[in-house]
Amino acid sequence: MSSVEFRKDLFADERDDNLQEIGKPTRRQDILGHVTGRSPYYDDHLFDGLLHMRCVRSPHHHARIRSIDTSQAERMPGVVRVVLARDVPNNLNTLLSLINFGKDEEKLIQDTKVAYVGEPVAAIIAETEGQARDACAAVRVDYEVLPHVLDPEASLKPDAPVVNEIYPNNTFDYHDLYDHQKLRFGDVEKGFSEADHIVEGEYQMSPIEQAPIETCGAIAAPETNDRFVCYTSTQALFFSLGTTAKLLNMASSRLHFVGGTVGGGFGGKVDSIVEPLSVLGAVLTGRPVKFMWDRAEEMQVGAPRGAERWRIKDGVARDGRILARTFTGFFDAGAYTRLSSYAIIKCTGHIPGPYSIPNVASNVYCVFTNRTPATAMRGFGITGVDFAIECHMDKVAETVGLNPIELRILNAYRDGDMKPHRRLAKNTALIECCQVASQKSGWAISADAARQSSLTGGGGSRADIPESITDSVGRIGERRRTDIPTEPGMGAASRGRVAAGTQGIPIVAAAPQDEDMITDPARMGFRHAPVAPSQPGATPSSPVPPSAAPSAAPVPPQQNAPAPQPAPPQQPAAPQPPQATPDPAPAPYKPEQPFSRGVKRPGVSRFLSGSRRR
Amino acid sequence: MTKKPVQFQLNGSPVAVFSDEGQNLLDLLRRGVGDLSPKYGCGQGTCGSCTVIIDGEPRLSCLTLAETVEGQHVETTNGLANGPDLHALQEAFMENFAAQCGYCTPGMLMAAKALLDRTPRPSRAEIVEAISGNICRCTGYEPIIDAILAASGQPTRRTG
Repeated sequence: MSSVEFRKDLFADERDDNLQEIGKPTRRQDILGHVTGRSPYYDDHLFDGLLHMRCVRSPHHHARIRSIDTSQAERMPGVVRVVLARDVPNNLNTLLSLINFGKDEEKLIQDTKVAYVGEPVAAIIAETEGQARDACAAVRVDYEVLPHVLDPEASLKPDAPVVNEIYPNNTFDYHDLYDHQKLRFGDVEKGFSEADHIVEGEYQMSPIEQAPIETCGAIAAPETNDRFVCYTSTQALFFSLGTTAKLLNMASSRLHFVGGTVGGGFGGKVDSIVEPLSVLGAVLTGRPVKFMWDRAEEMQVGAPRGAERWRIKDGVARDGRILARTFTGFFDAGAYTRLSSYAIIKCTGHIPGPYSIPNVASNVYCVFTNRTPATAMRGFGITGVDFAIECHMDKVAETVGLNPIELRILNAYRDGDMKPHRRLAKNTALIECCQVASQKSGWAISADAARQSSLTGGGGSRADIPESITDSVGRIGERRRTDIPTEPGMGAASRGRVAAGTQGIPIVAAAPQDEDMITDPARMGFRHAPVAPSQPGATPSSPVPPSAAPSAAPVPPQQNAPAPQPAPPQQPAAPQPPQATPDPAPAPYKPEQPFSRGVKRPGVSRFLSGSRRR
Repeated sequence: MTKKPVQFQLNGSPVAVFSDEGQNLLDLLRRGVGDLSPKYGCGQGTCGSCTVIIDGEPRLSCLTLAETVEGQHVETTNGLANGPDLHALQEAFMENFAAQCGYCTPGMLMAAKALLDRTPRPSRAEIVEAISGNICRCTGYEPIIDAILAASGQPTRRTG
């Protein structure tokens, strides 16, 4: 859904629809527990005979494991069990596999190769935390240190070490087709040729740790009914339950997860690492097991908001209107995908920020490096690119000599405008935000800018989807590793070229529009199947020979969504004359069977349903 | 592992427990006594969520050796309310939205109580100084400062 629809028929007798709450003190419903110290965080559950689990962690960025010697640790006082990779029944997972997105790639406990500092290679369960620590120090791991890569662009070079063998190109594979997410809207080359100024910038942010005051952890214990209870700090209880069921190859009906009281999360508690390990410990020992990260682990292996690098190029008219904007983005996913692949989809839907720009293109890469895997944090996928966009807007304002607030108002999106991800903008308020900011800061704007409104001036021709030029650069298959088929099954040929224009003219792959948008063969390493993506004489609207691009049935461009989506209000594939744009107002949300089937969709996960019983 | 008997007053009641060798007061209170109100946040004295009051002074229980509280008076958030009647600080924290996840709240309350016991009407600067050892990651410090001002009967940002 593109916007929130309130179901006012639900709980109608309990609601007064009085939402006038701003500026009034409100008492939280859980505050009494907080101020009396009685809110039940996961660690506030006491068990007799509680065992403590700690992990042996890799000291290297990248190393092959030759051997793990636990014989000394097993004889240490208080040690109950040493847990190794072979004890994990189904030791390969990716977090988003529960929504069928991405390939299983990360082991709960590693046994062949570590890919970041702190990756667990063994776990010790002991009577006390101190004994578990001592035993961890006694585990001898023989590593063959491998070359590592810590920079996303260095990781894309042909000779870069392969971080994650499931993704040998060091990029996440989107739909098994592309090594990056593409967005194409209009013709940026045309926009640049009409522009008076070209403004370019590069922006880099760092990883950010969520740093909740309560560290990640979980306590699992056998229950009397052949189930296992797990008290956890998770932010995503059913995600954690499904992940645990999958990794431990256990029916989810045997897992009783209790959560909901989280001592700060901010996205850092969705990764479902501590729950499978603590439940595994309870399974292996038959006793309650606590697995709690200490502060150092929270900072070292707690997945942060990933770093992003952005290159933005704008074509700007003399009066400040932005005619074209291109993005090249590199998300540093760390060693494993976690949620970075999804962050990029969010990000691509957000590009080019809250502005109406007629020609937009982006290539965004989810790159693996030997750093801590990155995950969710407060607006992840949006925050980093917004930082880059707003820095760049200031640079544009400087270039054209315009008040930066007025420049934003001039280019702001308005209700009814078409966003490059093919959804109409609704409830826009950037102009009003800018006006308030100018008042509050005492930074005067022109009378004309102060008169503008998000409610007017949008729509009309601004609601059209322009003819969009596509390219085939970045198709996986033409990769540096020989063991990857050049044409994956159900590959590009059978699925057609994405993102034709929607004006009734089917446009297939054309020359890449801008060198920024071309995947540099030297950088990407097309060692075995060099492609010649650019046809020198080709104009953007002329088709490319079939050898470079299989002739394509125009298909809807919405292949960048991880899950089936409701049909958009406009059918992009339906041939329509340019003027006959359908009514932009989408039909109100009216499910045929509202909520009766829950959110479960058949086939989405074999693990959440509880049907996987042994 | 040798165990040592420790006797002290916890929230006005006598407590006698055995402490493990090298056990810190936070662990003794939570596991040994069962008072779960002090929280573990860092175990190295930087976050303040384990703050308790020992003989009137705010102390980090994660850095306090359990056996050193022998004969002393320990106060925790668990003993802040007087039966069903909440302490003024608790009321003020509730009214001023001074907690979100609530994990730092017991430590904040102890740091604030130690201040108010010593200085019934502290200045804003004194409040900031008193809670400077306590990290809050969600709420932000302004509502907490407001709550402590309100608990000491002083005007806050909101009430002017």
